[in-house]
Amino acid sequence: MGYTPSAGNLSSSAISTKIVIAGGFGAGKTTFVRSISEIEPVTTEAIMTEASDGVDDLTATPEKVTTTVAMDFGRVSLDEDLALYLFGTPGQDRFWFLWDDLIRGALGAVVLADPRRLADCFPAIEYFENSPSAPFIVALNCFDGVLPYAIEDVRNALALGPEIPVLTCDARDTASAVYTLTELVRYAMSLTSHPALV
Amino acid sequence: MTSTLIRSARVRPYAMTGGRTSSRRPLLLETLVSVPGFDPTVYQALFAESRKIYALCREVRSIAEISADLRIPLGVVRVLVSDLADEGRIRIHPTASGAGVSDHILLERVLRGLHTIRR
Repeated sequence: MGYTPSAGNLSSSAISTKIVIAGGFGAGKTTFVRSISEIEPVTTEAIMTEASDGVDDLTATPEKVTTTVAMDFGRVSLDEDLALYLFGTPGQDRFWFLWDDLIRGALGAVVLADPRRLADCFPAIEYFENSPSAPFIVALNCFDGVLPYAIEDVRNALALGPEIPVLTCDARDTASAVYTLTELVRYAMSLTSHPALV
Repeated sequence: MTSTLIRSARVRPYAMTGGRTSSRRPLLLETLVSVPGFDPTVYQALFAESRKIYALCREVRSIAEISADLRIPLGVVRVLVSDLADEGRIRIHPTASGAGVSDHILLERVLRGLHTIRR
């Protein structure tokens, strides 16, 4: 493997949680995970069978009984008893059924968007709007550090409610990635303190 | 002959699990597992993939890490870990998250942990 496992730091009573990093292809998901993970982001494979029926046209390729899909993830040991995992969503939209597996038990999700290709993150936003179990925020990954529009214009373009936090970030920068996760956690906390707003 | 090779590679994961594709235990991607007391006799008695998992989990590992480290598909890891847990050979750690509702204390702890990251 391309990284040095350091899970030995976790105690035998350690527990874990996760945050999902979503967004369109090329939005910077893996870069984001890399900038904060203590392990080199690694890829695991899920093998799909019946779950992809109706998605893949199996009649055209009767030999094809499974679909392999790769997911990137990283890890941050927040203390010796708590590991935070970051999971990047698969780039292809047709693997929606896998998102349910990714989001189950997650603290929340960051939808990364490339301001030059905002439409690419529409499907991710739509998914989380219809999946109330996990709060999400939108982070505009500004590669040059400059957002060419006002945040509110982006909010309108994405048809986001006023309660959803929208911020800019630089996925390559650790401090920026940490800040983004911090904002997500603060937002999730605001929902738990004021359940009426959920 | 390429097609035969590809086909066998596809079939093999399910052969490892006796054809089963789901585990009885709810194992999330981030669920941690560990071997509380490594026993060389148990190690010797296990079959290939289960044996690798048993050895790897002498240190705490998540389901996703086991899959990535050993290059075993997630579904297969879940089934084999579930079996090892049923046999009392591996411990499944509880996950922090409850039934989809975020716990305020957990979130505070995550926030504290994020503040300590300085890299």
